[in-house]
Amino acid sequence: MTGTEQSTGSKAAAAIDRARAQGRAALIGYLPAGYPSVQATIDAGIAMARNGADLIEIGIPYSDPVMDGSVIQAATTQAIADGFRVASVFDVVAGITAATDAAVLVMTYWNPVVRLGVDDFARRLAEAGGAGLITPDLIPDEAADWMEASDKYGLDRVFLVAPSSTPQRLASTVAASRGFVYAVSIMGVTGARTAVSNVAEKLVADTRAAGAERVCVGLGVSNADHVREIAAYADGVIVGTALVAAIRDGGVPAVAALTKELSSGLAPAAKGGA
Amino acid sequence: MVDSPSVTSGTNDETAGPAEAFLEGKESLRHASGPYFGPYGGRWMPESLIAALDELEDTFEKAKADPEFIAQIADLNKNYSGRPSLLTEAKRFSQHAGGVRIFLKREDLNHTGSHKINNVLGQALLAKRMGKTRVIAETGAGQHGVASATAAALLGLECVVYMGAEDTRRQALNVARMKLLGAEVVPVTNGSQTLKDAINDALRDWVANVDTTHYLLGTAAGAHPFPAMVRYFHEVIGEEARAQVLEQTGKLPDAVCACIGGGSNAIGIFHGFLDDPSVKLYGFEAGGEGVESGRHAATITLGRPGVLHGARSYLMQDEDGQTVESHSISAGLDYPGVGPEHAYLADIGRVSYEPITDAEAMDAFRLLCRTEGIIPAIESSHALAGAIKVGQRMAAERGDVSDAVVIVNLSGRGDKDVATAAEWFDLLDDNSAEAEIGKEGEQL
Repeated sequence: MTGTEQSTGSKAAAAIDRARAQGRAALIGYLPAGYPSVQATIDAGIAMARNGADLIEIGIPYSDPVMDGSVIQAATTQAIADGFRVASVFDVVAGITAATDAAVLVMTYWNPVVRLGVDDFARRLAEAGGAGLITPDLIPDEAADWMEASDKYGLDRVFLVAPSSTPQRLASTVAASRGFVYAVSIMGVTGARTAVSNVAEKLVADTRAAGAERVCVGLGVSNADHVREIAAYADGVIVGTALVAAIRDGGVPAVAALTKELSSGLAPAAKGGA
Repeated sequence: MVDSPSVTSGTNDETAGPAEAFLEGKESLRHASGPYFGPYGGRWMPESLIAALDELEDTFEKAKADPEFIAQIADLNKNYSGRPSLLTEAKRFSQHAGGVRIFLKREDLNHTGSHKINNVLGQALLAKRMGKTRVIAETGAGQHGVASATAAALLGLECVVYMGAEDTRRQALNVARMKLLGAEVVPVTNGSQTLKDAINDALRDWVANVDTTHYLLGTAAGAHPFPAMVRYFHEVIGEEARAQVLEQTGKLPDAVCACIGGGSNAIGIFHGFLDDPSVKLYGFEAGGEGVESGRHAATITLGRPGVLHGARSYLMQDEDGQTVESHSISAGLDYPGVGPEHAYLADIGRVSYEPITDAEAMDAFRLLCRTEGIIPAIESSHALAGAIKVGQRMAAERGDVSDAVVIVNLSGRGDKDVATAAEWFDLLDDNSAEAEIGKEGEQL
């Protein structure tokens, strides 16, 4: 199976293309919903969009986040302990999309979607103005009902590729994706690292060779230097743990400041989108 | 917020339609290869691990067809684990089960004291075949951790065991046992600090170290090929039991009983009898303090389908799809998921799944000690308690059941559970060190 990822009607692809038109990579900022509160997530999402983030990724706190390191685990565990309910993610998405032009994606482990019902979940996400889903534990092989629902409601489906992915899997994952393809920079879980792995650049090249037009890199990206390094070869740079630490330690102002700093790495025309 | 009893489980469905169709069509329920068991199973895993799962599946399929591998397993089973394990008639215990003849499949007599050794030896050999030098494992009470450390020591592999921090305190002796065997034990402080969180941390380790490391999953759950592969290494239980019961009684049993956590010992013994329609199969889940209490691990009885740890199966979850913490006096059954093949066998009605409470299990535990001189694992005591119910129901239906035969898979021995039992039955002197620890709120 070969072919490019789909982009028709894709909000995520459009946001990446706007950045590209400015001669730079896109910045994608992640925060989990409900940490420290639903309103804080909305405010922080808006702050990210106004300080240079082109796409906002809102995570659903989940009891068994196997792809997350300790910082994000601590945040999402706290959100659940504080009474976070999955349906409030739609309020977060609606709140951010109402105030900004950023594309808002939801990052979720798959069981909360199964529990709510894949079609229902997709419908409510679309109604809230969401762009689509990033699915860390759903591979295209198991995604038949999500393919159907995302087509029905015009949602992006961002699957992951990894340094361990075979050429065949790169091709089938690219073909199943819409919006962009998420390349994990390292074999590991989320968390700040001192250096960006050098396997990421090769993975981006391989994913492009498999047909992808938009490849964004995440995992271990935590400062403007990392952003600059990745922006040189990828279409977008995804930052998570560093922003979660920022909201933990300094609230929304710290998220705004860090986003501004990160966006300075989006060479060459380091302009913040709004 | 926990789901109320669901009609979707089909556990009490007496009509075994699809199962009988299988049998009438001369199709076998045995050797189901995965990745799917009806709508269950699959690979709900991060892409980062898919290549490793593919490699494992490929290695496993080749090994199954390799006479050298088969001979290696047979040799280890015989000369290291001590197989075949006995089939022992429990005559005095049987008097409490309506008068049926109860036979115990003695997995408790295996090296390391439970059925777990069958699977760890097989997987550790596969790890060597893949050129991996390190194995990781999760453990609740420590049985699978001890078995994994044992296999790693035998085959010269590095071994790291993830164990909930709470469990490392409750099972300090098993932690010492693993360390004696050369394993590193990592206390897990994330989430609920129990078995499911130990699995999460093992998966995180695996993602980061997959080049050198095999994840030696301890039960017939998880992503394909684990459910079918773990069953394969435990099929010897059912095959031996079937031959032994035919030899000792001249006929097939009326029923086979096993306890279910993830379901590895059960699927191993059921395998031998799945295609014998006259043999009723019973899986006994941990009912904890009672299924109405909300504090239990009766996944099939009260759960609903979802995805966790790589497979679609029944799952204890709340209205948001968050995994609900399970509760059982038996750490080995204290898991909010269950293997996907069991979910399928429940749906088609081939196996009946029922909950057994902590109290029922402990009564059966004591009864076996006193009638047979065998101290069973508390896990296995759930199967014993279930067999008593099955025998009494058969007696109520048929009257004379003196020729009826019921096999119980005695999956492990209870030496590890002596402290828990001593506390449960209040056998400790108030001045003993153990009782002092108990007063401080520690489960022994």
